[in-house]
Amino acid sequence: MAIFSFQRFRAATIARSLEFLRDRSALAWNLMFPVLMVLGFAAIFSGPGQPVFKVAVIAPAEPSPAMHPFLATPHIQFYREDTLEAATRKVARHRIDLLLEFADATGARPRYWVNPESAKGMLAERLLLAAGGPAPEKQQATGKAIRYVDWALPGILGVNLMFSCLWGVGYVIVRYRKSGHLKRLNATPLRALEFVSAQIVSRLALVMTTTTLMFVGCDLFMHFPMEGSYLDLFVLTLFGALSLTSMGLLVAARVGSEEISGGLLNFISTPMMILSGAFFSLDGSPRWVQATADVFPLTHLLSAARSIMLDGASLLDLGGPLLMLLGTTAACMAFGSLLFKWTSD
Amino acid sequence: MPAPAVPLIEARNLVKHYPKVKAVDGVSFEVAEGICFGLLGPNGAGKSTTIEMLEGISQPTGGQILFRGAPLSGDYRERIGIQFQDTALQDFLTVRENLRFFAALYPRCRPIDEIIERCHLGEFLDRDTRKLSGGQRQRALLGIALINDPELLFLDEPTTGLDPQARRNFWELIGDIKREGKTLLLTTHYMEEAYALCDEIAIMDHGHLIARGTPDALLAQHFDEKVLELPARLLEGRSWTFPVHVGESGAEIHTREVNSVLAELIGAGVDLTELHQRPPSLEDLFLELTGTDLRG
Repeated sequence: MAIFSFQRFRAATIARSLEFLRDRSALAWNLMFPVLMVLGFAAIFSGPGQPVFKVAVIAPAEPSPAMHPFLATPHIQFYREDTLEAATRKVARHRIDLLLEFADATGARPRYWVNPESAKGMLAERLLLAAGGPAPEKQQATGKAIRYVDWALPGILGVNLMFSCLWGVGYVIVRYRKSGHLKRLNATPLRALEFVSAQIVSRLALVMTTTTLMFVGCDLFMHFPMEGSYLDLFVLTLFGALSLTSMGLLVAARVGSEEISGGLLNFISTPMMILSGAFFSLDGSPRWVQATADVFPLTHLLSAARSIMLDGASLLDLGGPLLMLLGTTAACMAFGSLLFKWTSD
Repeated sequence: MPAPAVPLIEARNLVKHYPKVKAVDGVSFEVAEGICFGLLGPNGAGKSTTIEMLEGISQPTGGQILFRGAPLSGDYRERIGIQFQDTALQDFLTVRENLRFFAALYPRCRPIDEIIERCHLGEFLDRDTRKLSGGQRQRALLGIALINDPELLFLDEPTTGLDPQARRNFWELIGDIKREGKTLLLTTHYMEEAYALCDEIAIMDHGHLIARGTPDALLAQHFDEKVLELPARLLEGRSWTFPVHVGESGAEIHTREVNSVLAELIGAGVDLTELHQRPPSLEDLFLELTGTDLRG
């Protein structure tokens, strides 16, 4: 018998290809998903090229090169901030590379803030000083300057938690349904709510344990700042994990094919990973992009986690994000339970 | 005069419609307590749809199901056991862990040790369910179906895909369960299995029930012939006054006139050393009623 038979290989390739092509819903997802992603990112990041630096400007009028020649520098995104306190905090938190303030519309007496821990901030400062115009006065950023990793840590752990919650429930339940395991359970007195709750609690226990271990392990070496309470951070993470797990449940409620559930989960998780502020800030992005990001529970989880860790916020200060997380949980659980099917028929 | 016993389960004019298919169309039968009832039919006959309605897994479009004379109640699932034809056990769990898991889903259970002994699960009790053979898997699934000590046990093609030895072993298990007085509702593709296990059978085709009764009564009702079996090569190339059916196992002659057939064969010089005479089987009955092979 030949080690490799082209005939067998060809037959297997054709069979699998036909299976894929004839699973129309999966095929549609596989075609639609990249197209939608391309369209979405084209809309978000449209323009001649992506800016290299992000600079906030506080000024009584719309920033223009007439105020200062630095404002004409290409490949820098300038956007307007209203309050000095919030803007300087963003400098310290690596959300923007530099802050420039003008006392009046003529551009006189400019002042600027930069985070000494930020490499991009230092480069933006060089460009500012080389641009000419009125000499800006360097100011000390208020609050403790943090490292980029301090800002990025919640994003890294949050994205990991998101994938674990969405796929751990969304994909596994669909696999159970396809294999007939759900049908077998349906023949017992087990109720849908009991089954679904068990999946959620099991996943929550797993992700909370692994996330806590990852945080503690990294903290031993990196010594992350903690201005707030560890308990508050734990409770917030629990709420976030609950909302993300509920989203996974909603995806899995009726789908009978692992390929479709995979497509749907990618459709949700990829934009959430990019737009939730996990790795870069959306400050200065178009309003509709920020509004889209606000729909995602991960956005609220990450901003609230950073508030606890870096700004010392307590759960009482985070009513808005907590309500969003709970609202997402309630809506996804309600629709997920209503739509839930034991079999794929 | 004593009142007639209430059937354990009764289907009354069951109907199940799908958008373009009438899968079950007015099926009625009852199953008495303590018997093994076989539901037979070719693929697409509607037997799986019927059994899923009786199991409470799917809702009928019309008709009624009565359990002990009353409509199905909230505790119905606690009172029945089901072995599906095609189902997965929880992966990465051992057989023992699966038994414990399912036992925890019911308010009342048989002791797990009793199930292990009854279904002969001891030799692979601590094995991951992914590593079970076909026969072991079916025994484990039967154990799970019995875990709540059900009043009615549904077995949906329980031996499909098993080798003959494993199938025989499984029949012995079913026989033991029957002797305990359990009521069984069985679907199968194997007529030999139906004949060996079922006290009563019903045959479905195109969504309708086309025959019902004990296997022997149905055979007596539909056949007054004997079947003579011979190697097909002995009858080839000649014309006969009686019809000859050639199948995979050889040639068959269905006749009431055994003596005249034998005289014709002897007269033609056919060697009768390999001749067998047998009574008609359920396989013959099925062919007669549906015009198709059960496995077709």
